[in-house]
Amino acid sequence: MSDAVEVKTLIIDGEEVSALRGQTILEVARENGIDIPTLCHLDGLSDVGACRMCLVEIKGSNKLLPACVATVFEGMEVTTKSERLQKHRRTILEMLFAERNHICSVCVSNGNCELQSLGQEQGLTHIRLPYRNPELPVDASHERYTVDHNRCILCTRCVRACAEIEGAHVWDVMGRGINSIVITDLHEEWGSSTCTKCGKCVQVCPTGALYDKSKIGVDHPKNPDFLPYLNLMREAQ
Amino acid sequence: MTVEELEQIAESVRLENAKYDHEIHVCMDLACASQGADKLRDELVKAAEAAGKNVLVRRTGCMGPCSSGPLVRVDPEETLYAHVKAKHAEAIVASLGSLPVPELQCDLSSHFDKQVRVVLENAGHIDPEKIDEYIACEGYKALMTALIEMTPAGVIHRITESRLRGRGGGGYPTGLKWSTVAKASGDQKYIVCNGDEGDPGAFMDRSVMEGDPHRVIEGMAIAAYGVGANKGFIYVRAEYPVAVARLTMAIREARRRGLLGSNIGGTTFNFDVEIRLGAGAFVCGEETALLASIEGRRGTPKPRPPYPAVSGLWGKPTLINNVETYANIAPIIRNGGKWFADMGSERSKGTKVFALTGKITNTGLVEVPMGIKLREIIEEIGGGVPDGHTFKAVQTGGPSGGCIPAEMLDVGVSYDALMAMGSIMGSGGMIVMDDTSCMVNVARFFIEFCMTESCGKCIPCRAGTAQMYTLLSKICDGTASMDDLELLEDLCSTVKEASLCGLGQTAPNPVLSTLKYFRNEYIEHIAHKRCPAGVCTMKPQEVLA
Repeated sequence: MSDAVEVKTLIIDGEEVSALRGQTILEVARENGIDIPTLCHLDGLSDVGACRMCLVEIKGSNKLLPACVATVFEGMEVTTKSERLQKHRRTILEMLFAERNHICSVCVSNGNCELQSLGQEQGLTHIRLPYRNPELPVDASHERYTVDHNRCILCTRCVRACAEIEGAHVWDVMGRGINSIVITDLHEEWGSSTCTKCGKCVQVCPTGALYDKSKIGVDHPKNPDFLPYLNLMREAQ
Repeated sequence: MTVEELEQIAESVRLENAKYDHEIHVCMDLACASQGADKLRDELVKAAEAAGKNVLVRRTGCMGPCSSGPLVRVDPEETLYAHVKAKHAEAIVASLGSLPVPELQCDLSSHFDKQVRVVLENAGHIDPEKIDEYIACEGYKALMTALIEMTPAGVIHRITESRLRGRGGGGYPTGLKWSTVAKASGDQKYIVCNGDEGDPGAFMDRSVMEGDPHRVIEGMAIAAYGVGANKGFIYVRAEYPVAVARLTMAIREARRRGLLGSNIGGTTFNFDVEIRLGAGAFVCGEETALLASIEGRRGTPKPRPPYPAVSGLWGKPTLINNVETYANIAPIIRNGGKWFADMGSERSKGTKVFALTGKITNTGLVEVPMGIKLREIIEEIGGGVPDGHTFKAVQTGGPSGGCIPAEMLDVGVSYDALMAMGSIMGSGGMIVMDDTSCMVNVARFFIEFCMTESCGKCIPCRAGTAQMYTLLSKICDGTASMDDLELLEDLCSTVKEASLCGLGQTAPNPVLSTLKYFRNEYIEHIAHKRCPAGVCTMKPQEVLA
């Protein structure tokens, strides 16, 4: 019967909090000022649980759950910070930094990059893993934007923003495993794709993978905050 | 189709078979077919005609000991012939009614004695392309019993009572899964059969689908009745063209006989099955990725919960089981849950089909009761390691499993025991390795497999397996340090705990289990730059100034 009750109470990091049925752990935590790091999650887009940064521990279960998709239940005890979680988060960040060519000093997003910020937050001072240094293309065929695959972390925010918000579904993922890349249409150049030039993908990109050609360096903050507002306005219509 | 009509068909098949003095069964499964079983069958038919003997030559599914193929069995004498070539056809036909051909006869009693055949009961006995032969072996009787004499709840109760656990590898209690789907709300429910068998060296499901396709369809229909579904999908890899052809034919025949479609058995139960082909992605064996693939989307997994039982195909409650699980259903309904629960070990009931491959005398398909010792499977049924080599390890569960060393061979096979040893039951691949295998190289092989088969969605699996592969390669070519080993163990824990789906979560198992039981081999590679098995080629060492 407890499932019929609308309001749940649970404990996150020792703090008693209340939540609505169906809310995710991440939502509830952020409402209560508890920060859980995320990369693929973005308010206003569907969640895929892919980056694994938001993994949390649930008392009574040995499995780690992604806070962005795991929903609350009555009496749940959540730990968002522990040595185990911290270790995994740092290792995942290391994997990301070593996977492609993330060179902050020459990146347009330097200072405005979510990956960079997370690295700083998690106290990442060096990478133990061997850098893979892949040779990846840069597609600058679009009149306004550029995609630099060297900086892509495959969070698929661009894919979801394009499909769910813009309704164009120009972006998608091609290939498997370590060889996955985001593509426009059926792997055509971005400039000759069916892109509507709305620029939402650029705004939601957490790194410098998608950027505006007219802006450089510190001039390039991303503003993904328009999404929840846009969704709200659309629902109101 | 009614029970009486089923009986009539069975009776007519029996009468037809009784017309013949002898039945010659020719195994036409892949291993035998690739060695000329097709031609052999034609020659047997010709020889029988020429000799004027009253003989039925029947093509069958896999008989089991593939390494002895092409296999021929003569009934009613139950004489088994191994390595039969087309040129032997005349001799075999000539021997009918008198003494068997001595040079072809093989004694595989040690191979068969400890086996118990439930899933494979018809394999090697019936022609998989003839529905009537299946019906003559009590086929579709279980479905009729369920539809006419049992309630859906009664069907689920019987499965629960049997304590059958999912044969895809996870070992989730089947009855529990069925009752969850039955209780899930929604007027549309789906049944899915996972035939996306992708483990290297595993071919259990292929043999079942090719050798006895109706068994799978019957199991699915019973499941559909139990949970209240009316539509089923069989997801098969396109690399199994014979299985696809046999299933397609079986579905058509079942429809023609009124065993699929509307008002099955004269009841209000409707059920039909469609085949969906997989394009060869290993990750599509993971249930959420498989469902995405059936829906026509990119085959990537989704976080669970919600489980498919609640929200599966197109958001509807979906029951998804493996081929072998469905193949167990009809016998359980026929013989009762207790009959099944009486076989096997404490918490793992019934039998399990294993595909024995690698350095073993009798490679092929075996079905053994749960709880049997690994030693019995390898040394008695499998005939041990050939060519005077010594046994080193057995790898179970494919790329998600681990390597079990010689000192653990006396453990009984069960989901829990294998898990405790750092491996898994998996779908049933069993790869035997001898002293010529380097365990570091074996671990690298499986990690390479996982790396190329990772879908790329979550970071730990996508980048973690690639990093592990790099580190293992360094160890293999003698350029690694002890720090690399520490890093490798660290990566294992993150990939295992943080990955999204089963592929990533189990990918480190081959590394972890070899590190646990064969750590000295890793140390030899790193510290002394030598491969104890002589497999790895070491890079020349840099001369330090």
